[in-house]
Amino acid sequence: MDRQKDVLLDIQHLHTAYRLSGKFYDAADDINLTLKKDEILAIVGESGCGKSTIAASIIGLYDHKNTKVTGDILYKELNLVGLNENLFDKIRGNNIGMIFQDPLSSLNPLMRVGDQVAETLYYHTEMNEQERHARVIELFNQVGMPKPEEMYAMYPHELSGGLRQRVVIAIAIACKPEIIIADEPTTALDVTIQAQILDLLEDIQRQSHSGIILITHDLGVVAETADQVAVMYAGQIIEKADVKTIFGHPLHPYTRSLLNSMPQADDEEAADLHVIQGTVPSLKNMPRTGDRFAARIPWIPASAHESKPVMHEVAPGHLVRCTCYKEFHFQDQPAQEGAGA
Amino acid sequence: MAKEILQIKDLRVLFPIRSGFWNRITDYVRAVDGVNFSINEGETYGLIGESGSGKSTTGKAIVGVQKATSGQIIYDGLDVTKAHNRKKISYNKDVQMIFQDSMSSLNPRKRIEDIIAEPIRNFEDLTTDEERKRVQELLDIVGMPSDSIYKFPHEFSGGQRQRIGVARAVATNPKLIVADEPTSALDLSVQAQVLNFMKHIQQQYNISYLFISHDLGVVKHMSENIAIMHRGRLVEVGTRDEIYNHPMHIYTKRLLSAIPKVDVEHREENKRHREEVEAEFQHDQKRWYDEDGRVFPLQQLSPTHWVALPKQEVQAQMKEEK
Repeated sequence: MDRQKDVLLDIQHLHTAYRLSGKFYDAADDINLTLKKDEILAIVGESGCGKSTIAASIIGLYDHKNTKVTGDILYKELNLVGLNENLFDKIRGNNIGMIFQDPLSSLNPLMRVGDQVAETLYYHTEMNEQERHARVIELFNQVGMPKPEEMYAMYPHELSGGLRQRVVIAIAIACKPEIIIADEPTTALDVTIQAQILDLLEDIQRQSHSGIILITHDLGVVAETADQVAVMYAGQIIEKADVKTIFGHPLHPYTRSLLNSMPQADDEEAADLHVIQGTVPSLKNMPRTGDRFAARIPWIPASAHESKPVMHEVAPGHLVRCTCYKEFHFQDQPAQEGAGA
Repeated sequence: MAKEILQIKDLRVLFPIRSGFWNRITDYVRAVDGVNFSINEGETYGLIGESGSGKSTTGKAIVGVQKATSGQIIYDGLDVTKAHNRKKISYNKDVQMIFQDSMSSLNPRKRIEDIIAEPIRNFEDLTTDEERKRVQELLDIVGMPSDSIYKFPHEFSGGQRQRIGVARAVATNPKLIVADEPTSALDLSVQAQVLNFMKHIQQQYNISYLFISHDLGVVKHMSENIAIMHRGRLVEVGTRDEIYNHPMHIYTKRLLSAIPKVDVEHREENKRHREEVEAEFQHDQKRWYDEDGRVFPLQQLSPTHWVALPKQEVQAQMKEEK
């Protein structure tokens, strides 16, 4: 089937649990996601919701002693869960590239940036030294570094934040990976640089037809770049849809609250921002039954929630967890009949 | 016309660069290079800039943690860049600061009670009971439970810690609070909480804020008057409406166009607009900056709107707008 062929990454029932004082707690709970070719999939959520845990699970960068990963992460036919480390080394950096949040701590401070890009090529290709050098220059050109020949011999501390992030991107795309995972790639950057980096990611994706998983907490970034969006709360995906639906017709109470609490550059009156009551539960205290968001919308009767919330497909491609969205209204608004239906 | 609480006149903060065999001063980093603005009573003044623009140094100079190289900061008719003047008029009590990183700005070994009581102890002579009552009141204002006085900073979440920072800043009934990126380390929903608290406290006690941030959305939500800072100088000064709806300087336009917008329908148009502005910015640097790459002096356009452009450029832009 054609549709099947485009699927790069298929995550099924992924559970990632961390050991805390002897017990395992699910930080990512029953995650189902698919990433297709030519697609930017954004995973949004606040800190501690498990979005980076998913990234770590995909790329196998977790502490194997204290982490338990179950479920399936299918890269084409290959299951990445429990994959042999030697095999994983061939895939990591080669078929799956990763861009980290803080470029200063993900680059080696004692190595010239050009050599750091060439290192990836050394492990994954059979190029000789000249070819590698030429390819690094080509990559530096591609990611828009000025004077690539000079940049090759620079150390990370000599570069600005934006340039450092470009080096990290060059490392990630060096082997033309089919999947790029970008974990908060622009959080540490200024807005103007952020815009440039996001444009660059889009360009790379258009040229290479790879799939990008963009992990971020910034709804603006999502609205500007993503195709598909998964919103996470407390380890679960609570809403999944294409970007227009998420911002045009959000259904889950959490998505709607989050969008409401955003100060926007184009809202005129300076009214109070919407505040979500309470706090995100910590990993240990997370409720394991019922709707995890219920505690933060106490004015919604308990009968509105499902006892075991599952994802409901309300429209083709638009999935929402729990049925409470049907009765949800903001606290300062009167209840509407069938608001979400 | 609102009363001005603080005036900043030609403020400069230079950091020397030493080099050579004798380690002599060879040049200066002009962190703040001739900045003028004033803050009105009970209003929020927004100071926007990218990293390295000198916005935090300006804030520090106002509080007095950073010594100003030259220029004046007038409060209550006195120049408070001088320490003895600050003491004379209880400036240190009237002006407080909220820091960006709540974890490193609260002493991890002190209980919340001692953290919040510290400024009170510095300036007021209260008995233990009075002091505790005061701390409880302050915790009430920022919506924290009363048993938190016995806890340590690490027992709280980021948003709660930032609220403790706000409580400490308002402890001495200040008239001006310098808030240096108070919410940039916080999540969206928590940020909303802290911003709301800051607004409520402002209305209740008629406090002025100098709100320093790189987030244009947050600044727009909080401030009436805004200054944009770049390379140590002010690029544009104006009311919220003037800055956001009628920006004159290319740098302001560039910043505004770079904010990611929650507007999926017009994504492509936004991007095109951003690229146009960026091209204009890159294309003709001479129009916007002088030979040394510095920002021009400010020109007045209207009673409240100032822009750092040469005269002929301002006129040309005015014509364009008409």
